[in-house]
This record gives sequence, C-alpha cells and structure tokens, in this order.
Amino acid sequence: MALLSIRNLTVEFATASGSFRAVDGVDVAVEAGDILAIVGESGSGKSVSMLALMGLLPWTATVTADEMSFDGQDLRKLAPRTRRRIIGKDIAMIFQEPMSSLNPCFTVGFQIKEGLKKHMGLDARAREARALDLMEMVGIPDPARRLNAYPHQLSGGMSQRVMIAMAIACRPRLLIADEPTTALDVTIQAQIIDLLTELQAETGMALILITHDMGVVAETARRVSVQYAGQKVEEQPVGPLFATPHHPYTSALLAALPERATTRLLPTIPGVVPGQFDRPGGCLFAPRCAFADDLCRTTPPPVQAPDLGLARCHHPLEGRA
Amino acid sequence: MIRYLLSRLLTFLPTFLGVTLISFAFIRVLPGDPIIVMAGERGLTEERYAELYRQFGFDQPLPVQFWNYLTGVLQGDLGTSYVTKRPVWDEFFALFPATLELSLCAIVFAIAIGLPAGVIAAVNRGKLFDRALMSTALVGYSMPIFWWALLLIIVFSGNLGWTPVSGRMDLIYYFPQVTGFMLIDSLLSGQNGAFASAVRHLILPTIVLGTIPLAVIARQTRSAMLEVLSEDYIRTARAKGLSPLRVNGLHALRNAMIPVITVIGLSVGTLLAGAILTETIFSWPGIGKWMVDSIFRRDYPVVQGGLLLIASMVMVVNLTVDILYGLINPKIRARK
Repeated sequence: MALLSIRNLTVEFATASGSFRAVDGVDVAVEAGDILAIVGESGSGKSVSMLALMGLLPWTATVTADEMSFDGQDLRKLAPRTRRRIIGKDIAMIFQEPMSSLNPCFTVGFQIKEGLKKHMGLDARAREARALDLMEMVGIPDPARRLNAYPHQLSGGMSQRVMIAMAIACRPRLLIADEPTTALDVTIQAQIIDLLTELQAETGMALILITHDMGVVAETARRVSVQYAGQKVEEQPVGPLFATPHHPYTSALLAALPERATTRLLPTIPGVVPGQFDRPGGCLFAPRCAFADDLCRTTPPPVQAPDLGLARCHHPLEGRA
Repeated sequence: MIRYLLSRLLTFLPTFLGVTLISFAFIRVLPGDPIIVMAGERGLTEERYAELYRQFGFDQPLPVQFWNYLTGVLQGDLGTSYVTKRPVWDEFFALFPATLELSLCAIVFAIAIGLPAGVIAAVNRGKLFDRALMSTALVGYSMPIFWWALLLIIVFSGNLGWTPVSGRMDLIYYFPQVTGFMLIDSLLSGQNGAFASAVRHLILPTIVLGTIPLAVIARQTRSAMLEVLSEDYIRTARAKGLSPLRVNGLHALRNAMIPVITVIGLSVGTLLAGAILTETIFSWPGIGKWMVDSIFRRDYPVVQGGLLLIASMVMVVNLTVDILYGLINPKIRARK
C-alpha cells in the first residue's frame, strides 16, 4: 500500500469573479522511501495540491478528493486536531522563501524545538540536544551559537537549512519540498539539493520535490509527475521520461533544456498557462501544442495507459521526441 | 542599546524647550488677567493691582519673564500656584496618582478586551463576530465621550443605582493617602468595604475613558493580525501542526504587536493628558480637572508646569514604546 495516496484531487478558490479551479483531478501516489518530482510551469497547481494535503490553504479554498490517505489513514475524515498530529510530524514541508518562512520574532532554536515539544514530548534538555544534532545534520557550522540566532542574522541558504532541520526534526516519513531552491543563489541551490538527497538516503523518508528545474529532476528524482494548468498530464520514472516523453508538453519542456538545444536560440513553449478566464474547451495544452488538431481543441483528452506515461493526450508521442 | 537610549534622550531636549515655550506663550495669548480673576467679584484697588502686577513679574518684558521661568524649570522649580500658593510640583504629585490610577485602569480595560477581540475578529474575518465587532468599534470610536458618560451615569447610577455618580471614595471612609492610589490605600487601610467602594467608583470612569482606546486597539489589532496571518512564517507554524491558539496567539500576535504597541503608547499618552472630559464629568480629582480649573483661573505657573509635566510623560511613554519594539522584534533592535 502506498504511503501517500491521493486520487482525483480538486482545489477551487472562491474569487470575486467566481470560482477558480487551481487543481483539477490530480492523482498522487508515493511509496515509502520514494522520490517523486512534480514539475510544471508557474500556475500549474503544483504547490496548491501539496498545500491542500497539508491543510495549509486559506479559507477561500475548497478541497475535494476521492481519496486522500496517508499510511492508511483517511485524512479527509480526521478532525483538525487529529490531523495536526500527522502534519509537522509524519508529513513535513519546506517552502520557497526560506527568509520569510522563519518567524522574525523567535530564535532559530525556539522554532526548531517547538515541533519537538509538540510531537515528540521531549523535555527541555532532550530538545536542546536534538536541536543541536539537527543543526549538525543540515550542515550548519557552530550550531550551538546559531541556535540562539534570530532569522535576520542568517543568510538565505542558512535559513533553508534551518527550515530543513525544522522539517526533519520529528523524523517525518514524507517530506515535501516546495521549490526549495528557487529563492537561493545558484551555488547554494546545488548544496541544498544535495543535502535533501543525502538526508533522504539516510533517513529513508519519502520526498516530494516540487520544482520547475528539469536539471534537478534528472539528478534527484526517481519518478516524475508533470502538471499543467492544474492537471497531471504525464507520470513516468525519471529515466524513461527523459528518454521518451509521451505528452507533447513534457517533450516541449525537455526540448527547452539548454543541454538539449541544437540551435543557437533556445526553443521555448509559446504562450502561457491558461488562467481563470481563458481555459480552452478541449485539451488545456492545445493552444500551445505543436501537434494539436480539431479533436484536441474540442474534446478533453483521455488518460492513456501506464506504458504511455498516463499521458493526458489524444495523440501521445510514441518514439523519442 | 545604551547608546540608543542616550541619543533618544538627547532628542528630548528640543522637544522639552519647545513645550516650555509653547505653554508659556499659550496661556499668555489667552485673553484675561490672572490678577483680575483672582480678585473676583470683590474687585481690587489700583495700588494693590500694581503691587501684584510687579510681584508676579508681569512688569518685565516677556523674554525676561520666559528666561526667569526657564532657569527656574531647569533648577527643578516649576513655580507656585497663584491661587493656592502651593508649589506646582506638590499640587501635581497630590493629584497625579488619581489620574494615573484611572488611566491605568482604562488602558488595562481597553487592552484586556480590545486585543483578544481584534485577534478573534482577524482569525474569523468576514464572519458575524468580525462584522459585529468592527461596527461596534466604529460606534465606540465615534461616540462623544461626554454623552456616553452621561448615558452610563443615567442607566447605571441613576436607574439601576449600581455605581456612584462621582468622586473616588464614599465619604464614610477616611484613611491616610499613602500612595495616592485609592485601590491600594483602601486595602492598606484595612477598612471593610473601602476597597469595594474604590472599585465601584472606578468602574464608570474606566469604561468611559477606555472606550476610544478600546475601539482603536481592537481595530488596529485586527488589521495588524490580518497582515501577519498571510505571512510565510505563519504557514510554517501551521505546517508544524501547532494548534490555532499557538499559531494565532504566539506566532502571529507577537509580530502584530508592533503597530498595536504604537497605538497603545499613543493612547496612554492621550489618557494621561486628556482625561479632562472624563475627570470633569465624574468630578475625578486628577490633573485633567486641575488643568481645566487652572486655565479658567489663568493660573499661569500651574498651566505651564502642568503642560510641561504631561508632555514629559508622553515623551517617556513614547520612549518606552520604542524600547518595547526592540524587545518584541529583535530585527528592529538590530537595525538601530
């Protein structure tokens, strides 16, 4: 049985101009110890679906799903209080902006120990020791002094390390990293990704990595789920996905990688992800797709078989793109 | 921190001088002559008038008068009241505890209700409680204080007879004023019922004086909380599985306190200085009433000295607020 299993997840936001569907029938399944990358452009609903799992969406959001279970427990049926025993303990999450994700009013140590007290019931001395261990695990030099530091005294990379220390404090079985390197310097990005994969290997936790960096995906993930405009359009193990993408969108994303460029100008995907008002009637990707025909423009595509990467496409690509 | 304090204290100097000058000028610009006012209906002879005129130093040019006043102030001498012949300092310290007691009760009342109400409204934004509270706060803020006071007196003192109409203590109790605070002195006196009487006298003035600060604090807390609640670190706190009480009451409120502390500081300043209406309506023997009486009597030293002391207190409160900022948010401390 999968550690995390989400079927047909839909998230709608109530806005002044009507409801907006940010996530549209997404399935996510993660086995224990797996590394899943969720990729897609901005606005494809990657973060929103994970925030929905964490119960962190604002009150304007309506979340529905046919199934949302973690370790056999149906998260939809849990009372908020019970759910909070899982959130932050068994499922932890780190975010895009480490600098603003730490509370400026409290020391790093306080913020790390908070979860330890709530979920692990450790006494003050044990919390201190565990916090020191964690700071060392995430590679923060001079941890004893840094525990008493305030967030504004740390760099962005250090802050993200602290966020990771906080997230893994209670030995989670699933860590969700929501674009953990987007706000960081390029040199720091690699360090943070390395740290995450090391910690994953050490602890055996499952990792969901939300990113739009295909390079990171290739190095880190075992499976890749591609999202577009709130829908999952393809899912494959990382090797086959890079070798034979079945959805034209995946193929176009890969073609835009600098390493794969064959011309001097980098190929791009024309247009933008459809928003609230310009959602096409048929396939959501049709307006930007090089292979689209009349069928694509009028009829929503079916989900293909697993050997075609579950591609949500009328005309899945078969060979190498 | 010490350096910051010293630099702040230095900025007090020009403010202090300015207040001295303004209070000196302000009372002299008012029409009316203190000697005539003192003489009252009886009137007085030309010679006596000239004698007093010289005695009060009015025959000297205004700059000289100001200089004399200023040198006095710098030596700690605020002058003597024309009317009571007592030093301004003594009068101030006899009356100030009454004002301080009332102001403290009012601000505690305002914070105790306004802060939680604002937090609850922000957490439940758009819901019934939020809307009801914000409308009530607007009414409270817009209500003329004297009318509100009279309304409360009519209902609670007049119709229901629950609270006294005025004063600080029932006349049947008499005890020495050790601290000047009725709540403490009545307890020290050990007289049965004295403390209860002090509390009963405080209730209505506290509510009246605390109403506007309460409304301001509630609205400010709500808007500050709304801003903070959308911050990333609140999401982090919730992602740790912390209870809403801890997320809202600790992580959010502490950050929201900066603007709230500011309005609390401003309120304390205005309460100390501006309890005038409330003190007058409830015959509360504090400095508000003292200032009003002194202005009517054209009691120059008292008005000047009183204004100066009130301004100094406001400055001290503001300094305290600045120090509190740094204690609440270490980032601010570092920037200074």
